[in-house]
This record gives sequence, C-alpha cells and structure tokens, in this order.
Amino acid sequence: MQTIAELSRALSVRTLSCVELAQDALARIDAAGALNAFVTVDGARALDAARAADARLAREDAPPLTGIPIAHKDVFMTAGMRTTCASRMLADYVAPYDAHIVERLREAGTVLVGKTNMDEFAMGSSSETSYFGPVRNPWSTRCVPGGSSGGSAVAVAAGLIPAATGTDTGGSIRQPAALTGVCGIKPTYGVCSRYGLIAFASSLDTPGAFARSAEDCALLLTAMAGHDARDSTSLARPAEDYARSLRAPASAKPLARLRIGLPREYFREGLEREVAAAIEAALRELRALGATTVDVDLPMVKHAVPVYYVIAPAEASSNLSRFDGVRYGHRAERYADLEEMYCRTRAEGFGAEVKRRILVGTYVLSHGYYDAYYLKAQQVRRLIANDFARALAQCDVIAGPTAPTCAFDIGAKADDPVQMYLNDIFTIAANLTGMPAMSLPCGFTAGGLPIGLQLQGNYFDEARILDVAHRYQQATDWHRRSPPSPQPSPHGGDREQITAR
Amino acid sequence: MNWEIVIGLETHTQLSTASKIFSGASTAFGAAPNTQASAVDLALPGVLPVVNRGAVERAIRFGLAVGGAINRRSVFARKNYFYPDLPKGYQISQYEIPIVKGGAVVVATEAGEKTVRLVRAHLEEDAGKSLHEGLPGGAGDVSGIDLNRAGTPLLEIVSEPDMRSAAEAVAYAKTLHALVMWIGICDGNMQEGSFRCDANVSVRKPGAPLGTRCEIKNLNSFRFLQQAIEFEARRQIELIEDGGSVVQQTRLYDPERNETRSMRGKEEAHDYRYFPDPDLPPLAVDDAWIERVRLAMPELPEAMRARLATEHGIGAYDAAQLTASRELADYYAAACDALPARDATAHKLVANWVLGEFSAARNRSDVAIAAAPIPPARLAELLRRVADGTLSGSMAKNVFDQLWQAGSGSSTGAQVESVDAIIERRGLRQISDTGAIEALVEQVIAANAAIVADYRAGKEKAFNSLVGQVMKASKGKANPAQVNAVLRRKLG
Repeated sequence: MQTIAELSRALSVRTLSCVELAQDALARIDAAGALNAFVTVDGARALDAARAADARLAREDAPPLTGIPIAHKDVFMTAGMRTTCASRMLADYVAPYDAHIVERLREAGTVLVGKTNMDEFAMGSSSETSYFGPVRNPWSTRCVPGGSSGGSAVAVAAGLIPAATGTDTGGSIRQPAALTGVCGIKPTYGVCSRYGLIAFASSLDTPGAFARSAEDCALLLTAMAGHDARDSTSLARPAEDYARSLRAPASAKPLARLRIGLPREYFREGLEREVAAAIEAALRELRALGATTVDVDLPMVKHAVPVYYVIAPAEASSNLSRFDGVRYGHRAERYADLEEMYCRTRAEGFGAEVKRRILVGTYVLSHGYYDAYYLKAQQVRRLIANDFARALAQCDVIAGPTAPTCAFDIGAKADDPVQMYLNDIFTIAANLTGMPAMSLPCGFTAGGLPIGLQLQGNYFDEARILDVAHRYQQATDWHRRSPPSPQPSPHGGDREQITAR
Repeated sequence: MNWEIVIGLETHTQLSTASKIFSGASTAFGAAPNTQASAVDLALPGVLPVVNRGAVERAIRFGLAVGGAINRRSVFARKNYFYPDLPKGYQISQYEIPIVKGGAVVVATEAGEKTVRLVRAHLEEDAGKSLHEGLPGGAGDVSGIDLNRAGTPLLEIVSEPDMRSAAEAVAYAKTLHALVMWIGICDGNMQEGSFRCDANVSVRKPGAPLGTRCEIKNLNSFRFLQQAIEFEARRQIELIEDGGSVVQQTRLYDPERNETRSMRGKEEAHDYRYFPDPDLPPLAVDDAWIERVRLAMPELPEAMRARLATEHGIGAYDAAQLTASRELADYYAAACDALPARDATAHKLVANWVLGEFSAARNRSDVAIAAAPIPPARLAELLRRVADGTLSGSMAKNVFDQLWQAGSGSSTGAQVESVDAIIERRGLRQISDTGAIEALVEQVIAANAAIVADYRAGKEKAFNSLVGQVMKASKGKANPAQVNAVLRRKLG
C-alpha cells in the first residue's frame, strides 16, 4: 500500500487517476467487508468526487490532497451521509452540515468514501461496542483493533484507504494505531476544531488522523488544523505546515541534540514483555540516530486512569442528554407519558458501555459528590499537567509504549471494564494535559501482532514529534509492513446483516 | 399579632441582542414556530456554543448601572435536567461565578427612598416553549415544541431579601424595569416575557430569624406580582397561625383564581448536577472593555433627576416624571437643546409642555415617543415663539394641535409646515405693540360706558369683561398681560 505522498506524486504526473484510485479503494473495502471497518460506504459519491478531482488535476488548480481517498470516523458530521456514532440512537441520522475537519479535508481535495466503525459514542478501547458489530484486526481477525477509532485504524492498516480521521479522548486514535500497526496523531487540544464532532468528553475530545507514515500524518494535520470561530475552544494560531522539517534531507544523525525523556512510570509492571522489548529496540534505534535519552518522573500519572474515568463520564453524561428522542434519532415506539418516552428511548437507544458511563458521570456530578469526585479529579488533572511541564523542561519529547499490550481477543475484556480501561494507561495523560502525542509502529510480537511506540511533546510541538517519527521511519520499515490480504470471512456477508438489523 | 413579610426577587431580563446568546439565530418575537432555531438552538449532534459579546456587554452595562462589581473572569456552567423544550438536556447558565456581583437599586416608595441590595446578576440562555393546546391536527395528547425562544439571552438579577411588602416588591420591580430599559439592555415588554420575576416570600415576627420561604415562579406583570405575594404571605401567616408550618416549595400563581399552588416540594427538587461547561472557556472581561462600556453609558435616571433639579431648576416631582423613561427624558433634553435660550424659564417651559400638552396628546393617540408626530425640534420651534411673546399660551396650543395633526398625517414630517409659516398664514402673531393695544383699549372703554361704570363702582368682574372685549376686538391676538396692564392704567 502506498502512502499519501507517493499517491499524490502518481496522481500529479497522471500515471494514476483519482477515479482509478477511488475504484481501487472501493474494491478493497468491499473485499474486506469481514473486518467490519465501515458503517457506511458511498461508492457513487466517492466516484463523483474522484471525477471532480481528476478534472481539477487536469486544470492544474488542485489542492495538496486532491484525489486521496479518505474515510471519516462515524463521529464526524457529513452532510447528506449518515452519521451514526455506531449507536442505535443515531442509526439513521443524517446531518445537515459538515464537521469543520470534514470541510477542511474536502477543501484539501480528499475523496470521501465512507464512514468508519467505532465504539458506540467513542466509548471503548476495542471497537466492540458498536451497534453495527465489532471491528476486526486485519493482523488477526480473532483480535480487536483497539478503539474507539478502530474502523479508521483498520481501514488504513488493511490498506483499504491511505488516510482516515479519528478522535482521541483517552487514546482512541493512538491505541488502535498501535494495535493495528499504523500511525495515528492526536494534536494539541484546540488545534483541530471540534465543531461537527459528536461530543463524548468535550474537554478531552481531539480530532486527529491515521495514516501509514508520519509524513502522511503531517500532510493530513496541515489540512485539518486551523481556527474555527464556531468552536470556542479552537485556538487562533497562524497556519502551520507540519511537514516543513520533514523535507530536510536524511542524514546519519538526524536526531542529534534531541533529548528523549523516558518516564520511569511507563516501564514498570503491567507492560507485556514483548511490548517492552520492542520499545527498547526502538529506543536503541533513536539513539543510533543521534538522540540521547534521559529518565524523567511523572509521579502523578498513576492517577490518570481514575481521573479520566471521573471527568470523561461526567462530561459524557451531560453531552449525551440531547439524545432524548424529542427532535431526532431513535424514539421508543410505545410510551404512556414523557418520563416513559425518555426512559424507553434511552434504554433502547444506548448500549451497555454508554449507559455505564452515563451512570458513573451522573453519580460523580450529583449533589454532595461533586467536590469529592469531579472537582478532585480536575485538581489532580492539573497536577498531572504540572508533571509533564516539569518533565518536558528536561527533554524535548517523551517516549514509551502506546499501550501496555498488543491486540487482545475479541470478547476477552468485554466483561471487565477495569481491565479494558487500563489499556489506556499510557495514552490518557495527553488528553488530560491537552498535549500532542502520536503512535507509530515499532515492531511485532512473535504472534505477528503490531506494537506501537508513543511520542509525546509539549503544546504545539506536533511538528517536532512528527519529525522524530519521520526520521525513525526513514531508518526502519515497520510502517511498511502489511497484514495478510483479507481472506473471505467464514462469516461472509456479516456486515450487511449487522448493518441491516 | 403583626407579621413581617420578607421578599426577594429573581428577575429574568431578556437582553435586547439581535441574535441569541450562543448562536446566530434571530431573537425577534412572534415568528412562526421553529423558524428561528439554528442547529445550535436545536442541539443537533456536534454543534457548539459561542458567546454573543453583545449579551456580555449588556450585562456589564447593568453591573455598572447598579454599582456592582464586574467579575473579570466568570464561568458558564451546565444546569442539567430533561425537558422537551430544553434541547441540550442542560441549560447554560452562570452558577458559581456570575458576571456581576453585588450592587443596589434605590427605590422610591411611599415611605421614602429604599435601597434594595443585589446579590448578583448572571447570564444564561432561555429555554424553548412547550405548547399543549391548540395544535393543528393535535388531539389532547399531543404537545408541540417551539424552539424560537431557546437560546435567547437572559440576565437573571437576584436581589437580597430586602423588601417588606408586596408594594415594595412592585416598586423595586418597576424601578428595575425602568432601569434596564433606560440603559438599553432590555425592551421591557412584559407581555412578550422580556421581563419576568420569581418571588421568594417568607414571613416572620419582626426581629426573628428568616422564616421558611416559598418561591413563586414566572410572574409576568406587576399586578400578578403584587397579588401573588399578597396571597402567598396571607397563606403562610394563616398556616402558621393555625398551628402549621411553611414547607419550602416552588409554587405557581394562578391569576384566574388569584392563588398560588405547589409545583414541587424541596424533596422533589431537581439535582441539576451543575459543572463548568467544557465547551466554553471562562468568560474574560478586561478593564479596557469595562471602560468602553462605561464611556458609552447614558446618564442614569438618578443622576439626571439631580441635574434637572440643580441645573434646570425643575421641581422634584416634574424631574421624576421626566425621567420615568429614557425616551421621555431624551425628548425633553433634545427639545431643550433646540431652544436658543437655556435658562430656568426656558427649561421650565419645556418641562411643562412635555409633561402637559405633549404627554396628553400622546396618550390620546397612543403613540410611542419615538413615533410622536411632533419631534422635539419642532416643539422647540413652537416654544421659542411662546418664549418671545409671538404666541400666547392658547394660540400655542392651537398651533400644537395643528402640528400634531399634520405630523400624524405625513409619514416623514418633512412636508409639515413650519411653526412660523403657520403663524404667518393664519395671522396668529400676538399683538404686543403698546400703541395698537392702547387704541383697542380706548375703543372698548368708549363703547362700554356701563361696564366701565360698574368697574369704577368696585365690581372686579367688570374688569374681566373688559379684558374679554379687548381680546375679542383683537381677534384673540393681543398679548393678554399687556391688555391687562394698559386697561388698568387707562381705567386709572
């Protein structure tokens, strides 16, 4: 599978047309139906867009990502194409407008092929809680791809499309990127607008992207980032070319003078042996490229998971109140009064994990509990950010594993929310602080499952993180590995049935 | 046994912004249902609020007007509850840190001036409306939702429990109502719900600690406010005197039966699960912004009353009348400004006409001040001719009526004849020429020997008759004061 950069070159010299590229993507998506990576595929719309893209290339007024097939996580509004959030609640919902990043990526020339599957309302770390059924990991279809943006990760990992968007609230881009062997970036909070993104936890939700290489992530982020007056938390900053430093020629020691911080807390118990080994190997490679490593301490980071599981559900319990059956979305068929309409609608419309988090969130905000839970969690959140600020005074980037384990079997943690939540132990902090972070492939387990390296940086240091990842990728080829071609699934046609239910 | 009634008011003031507090949809009243509800007001998935700076500015203006502190950093919170006309399932409102803290309103009551302290004033959004009756095609069990009002900016003004009677509460509400209109932050239209009160009422023996209060919701007229408080205080007193005790409740006033009814008790009170809205950063107001608002602030009614008394020589009663509304005060000021002479006589003349002829004519034809057929400059034109003796009072009234009529007929007023042209055309110029008046007086004395004899015999009434004859002979144009003087002199 080629990268965006490679495809763009082929498209611009006309050795490949946008229509051919779109047809190829649609065929691959069709063949990989068993992975259940997509909730909606709109071939006709994609081909129309591809034809328009070819015309623009012919006129030579094409923006940088012209003709690149893309899919959006089904949490982003797409005018005229349904947006379900992988929930029964919105199974037939069609938005009248485009999310800001959808708009930006369309303006950059991308060709939208469809919407990707995910954990319901982006709540999960395995993409199993979707109303449309679980997403499967292309490296082993027995395994989950991580979540919540599992469909987007799989679409890129399986080579169906070169790029996809995601959202990262506690690791929902980086953890599935790690578990499927692709790159995923979560920029600084406020760099990409949340307008048109169905809110899960507003103070943590961050739009981002999946691609095969750091360079591709930089190209996508350059198109997606930018101030949006419709989002009060969107930051007004000058436009940035995130790929600017990537164009410098490769050298023997491109990372000379780079100080990489290694949090002691990230290399302790709970880390799978094979994951630890792959991370050590990656660090050796980074040192070989000139970087030095320094141990740093993040003493408060051990509270990240509990803090997150107070703040995120609290915000979610309020954000999801609008799904009440009154104006749009699912409404129960039978009810005697208003109260029953609400209860039945929400009981039927939401899945178990969503309900669990609404309950937790409602509880922690309740009168008499607010101070002990929500307020305390916000205070600890500040202490965690202070830890990172101190650590980043001693180093330029922080490196470590993205997730403590490789991909696990579908169903293995479905009944144990705490084990599931612990899979986000290394990713959550970047959401609590708002700092940028990415995951990139850095090896495989003996069983052939991908392992991800996480790089975290200071606010607005996306370009630096991407540069480190790019130099690593110039020296390694983990990101070029592809999973075995999709096999016709024993449960062929699964997706159609699930979609139709 | 005498009881003391303790009242505090929470007033919802609809801010007069063109668009809503968190969306660009119009706030105009009376549009077809749901035609003024944007994606944000409908709470479609993925939409986000953006604060309307015009609403913030109006809140600052209010804070400055009541001498409150403007918080440089205030916080929007979510008040969570489910109701069909609350699209997001939460209302965005300021909770722990409001934009305005403290302040006070001085209220004129029968017993003199009274200061009502304010606790706070905070910004929030209004909800939509639920319609349970009269829906097309709807049977009795269908309710409709109109979200045109959803997201309309409100400033909730919370008073301390400083009022001791329904009359005081009404006086406070009226003063506040006049103030928010005066400073241009609210249209004050109570029928359309732009200004509505919740009253917290409790009773106690004088000197005793505060009694248990009940909150009466949504009182949208001064009369209902008065009646609801009176009923509620009576209810509480009777309850206690009968050996019972007041239970903390939220109550509704039913104007048709003139009573309050329980809506929900304390134990049924919602847990609103307030928390800071993560979609909105803390609202920052810097000194420069406050200073800009301060500079653009109109003179406040209290200050203007004082100035009218000291600089214009206007009595306290007239000054209060003139400052009852910003429009009337502006009208008065504009008319004064258009007069060449700016002395106490001129100001008094303007005040008399504005509060007299002008207000009477306006009441008769029921027009707003801004739409009055006689603009202030035209009134000044007329009064100038009164001041310089060209017109007598009655002649001026005559011209005033003519101007009013002409102005009502024309849409612009531009075609209306000038005051001087009317005087000229109708020959209304007052005769103040002493020679001419003396000639008229002599004629009348000569022609009315009998009356003159009566006067000389001591009948004062005869004098008035002679004045009338002179005025008649002049066709009403003679200056009456001069006629008086000349006649007395001639009759010796």
